[in-house]
Amino acid sequence: MSILLNNNSKVIVQGITGRSGLFHTQLCRDYGTKIVAGVTPGKGGIHIEGIPVFNTVDEAVRYTGANVSMIFVPPPAAADAILEACDAGLDLAVCITEGIPVRDMVLARKVLQGSRTRLVGPNCPGVITPDECKVGIMPGYIHKKGKIGVVSRSGTLTYEAVKQLTEAGLGQSTCVGIGGDPIIGMNFIDVLSLFNQDPETEAVFMIGEIGGSAEEDAAEWVRENMKKPVAAFIAGVTAPPGKRMGHAGAIITGGKGKAEDKIRTLTECGVIVSSSPTRMGEAMLEALGNKGKKK
Amino acid sequence: MNIHEYQAKEILSSFGIPVPRGRVALTSDQVERAAKEFGGRCVVKAQIYAGGRGKAGGVKLVHHPEQAQELGKELFGKRLVTIQTGPEGLKVRRILVEEAVEIAREFYLSITLDRTTSRYCLIASAEGGVEIEEVAAKSPEKIHMLTIDPFVGLRPYQARRIALALGLKGSVCEDSVDLILNLYKCCLEKDCFLVEINPLVITKAGWLLAMDAKITFDDNALFRHREYPDMMDYSQLDPLEINAGKYDLSYIKLKGNIGCMVNGAGLAMATLDVLKEYGGEPANFLDVGGGATREKVAEAFKIIMEDPDVKGVFVNIFGGIMRCDVIAQGIIEAASGLHCTLPIVVRMDGSQVEEGKRLLMESGLNVQVGVNLGDGAARIVKMLG
Repeated sequence: MSILLNNNSKVIVQGITGRSGLFHTQLCRDYGTKIVAGVTPGKGGIHIEGIPVFNTVDEAVRYTGANVSMIFVPPPAAADAILEACDAGLDLAVCITEGIPVRDMVLARKVLQGSRTRLVGPNCPGVITPDECKVGIMPGYIHKKGKIGVVSRSGTLTYEAVKQLTEAGLGQSTCVGIGGDPIIGMNFIDVLSLFNQDPETEAVFMIGEIGGSAEEDAAEWVRENMKKPVAAFIAGVTAPPGKRMGHAGAIITGGKGKAEDKIRTLTECGVIVSSSPTRMGEAMLEALGNKGKKK
Repeated sequence: MNIHEYQAKEILSSFGIPVPRGRVALTSDQVERAAKEFGGRCVVKAQIYAGGRGKAGGVKLVHHPEQAQELGKELFGKRLVTIQTGPEGLKVRRILVEEAVEIAREFYLSITLDRTTSRYCLIASAEGGVEIEEVAAKSPEKIHMLTIDPFVGLRPYQARRIALALGLKGSVCEDSVDLILNLYKCCLEKDCFLVEINPLVITKAGWLLAMDAKITFDDNALFRHREYPDMMDYSQLDPLEINAGKYDLSYIKLKGNIGCMVNGAGLAMATLDVLKEYGGEPANFLDVGGGATREKVAEAFKIIMEDPDVKGVFVNIFGGIMRCDVIAQGIIEAASGLHCTLPIVVRMDGSQVEEGKRLLMESGLNVQVGVNLGDGAARIVKMLG
């Protein structure tokens, strides 16, 4: 078992004919993902790398029975692509696109509320269930099948964390990059609650960064609801206030969003927080060990 | 992206929001002439990309055109240091001269994105003219907040409720309803992260006026706002940050001496954290993007080397799907081209790692290869001794 993706996931790619869309489609397929169709408006009817291309998501779903979409559509049309995936009733839309305007996402988020479609991203590395299905741009080889759920706001820092977990002998059930934008689909709590219910996930590693209060909210949720050990790392302990650190969301404003506050809250809520990005694997082992002691 | 107060006021004015009469001056003579136009008594306001100008002496009431000119001479070219600028301050190149207004009451009004609800949020307070964060911390009951439903929009009755909560009555109350609705319209049409009027005042004559204004645009909406780049005042930014922006690199100057190049914002922050942990001081934050290319790596290297404070370079690229030999070539090309003799430590992960390492070791550069994040950080700190 796993969350969001498994062997049976049938995936379409919105924006398949773009350069990075096609590149990552091939890598995902090489990893074993069942890519059943692509969608590019105006290019319906062609095949690209043997994959049929449709004009609309609706058509693609009708012909292939797909339930997941990976979105590579450029920013001006990306929110529309998300809404189209939602309208077609997909289970999951993973939006890789970086640079979608906030105003567009405010609308998209409102539409997604109460719909059956879960959105991961935008501006995220995607989701992977090791050895089963990869929907995203992360390198497959660093992952190993196992029992740790990973949820992260970051991209490459997640790769670093996964590598350390794998090296520590800790495989992953599913890794979810929720994205670094101010407005995203699934948040930490949404993913944590899925891991909480997933019988194959034994513990969770969480990667956060400065800005906003998503980590604090997640910490409170963990204290109230989480039945499994959680370890975490927060990037940006040394970041200066008022400077936007790459991600639109990663900024300390008005004294809020500091790493130290997030680390304190997480620790108070029973999460083992790694003091250094070089010891993320160790922190996870420590959290697992604590659980053993309690028993 | 930030813009100046006078530009924000021009935009607000185009949405029907009343602002004081004003002139933008580029010389102290222009300041004098503008002051004359307003009858001598006027407010001289230094235009920089930061708040806290009043306390730093950047905003003053003057009584004669000569006095305005003197102040202009003093301010132009000066690096104004406020609580928001950092110790280096920001250079004053433009001054806004405005008519002096008799103020009866001051308010705070803004619309910004609320990340917890993923919606725009209207914030208002009867405590205007001061830092809103301070009001929020000391007396949260004085802050009125309204989350805006994107489908319904901001409705007149909601704006009226806010106006009444601020203690406004009669025609001023109805005027402020219009003003609030126009502020939301401006926020949407101009794709703003933040539109803030602080203070919004009622004059002794009973008119509403936006006395100070701040607008931050959503950089991601640039593609539908061709006017954004023209409004940019590059003199307010670090030249290296501007240069990095041209290559789509995210660069922020810091105080230390270790130049950093990392792919991905989260990993870049974590890299700064590790350097500090090992006793090093990063000279910059630099994110070359998740999927760094050879060209970007080369440009990033040049930008790092332009900073005279840099005494060594730490490259941390977790490529995964990128080829490390290609990244290594980018580094070697850039470093050799600049005749760089500074110590360099490269930590790479991805395909063709061994080939990438071999290229670096045989390059003749003063370079070491870190086997992982911690090892890389330890090496560069040691090399700088």
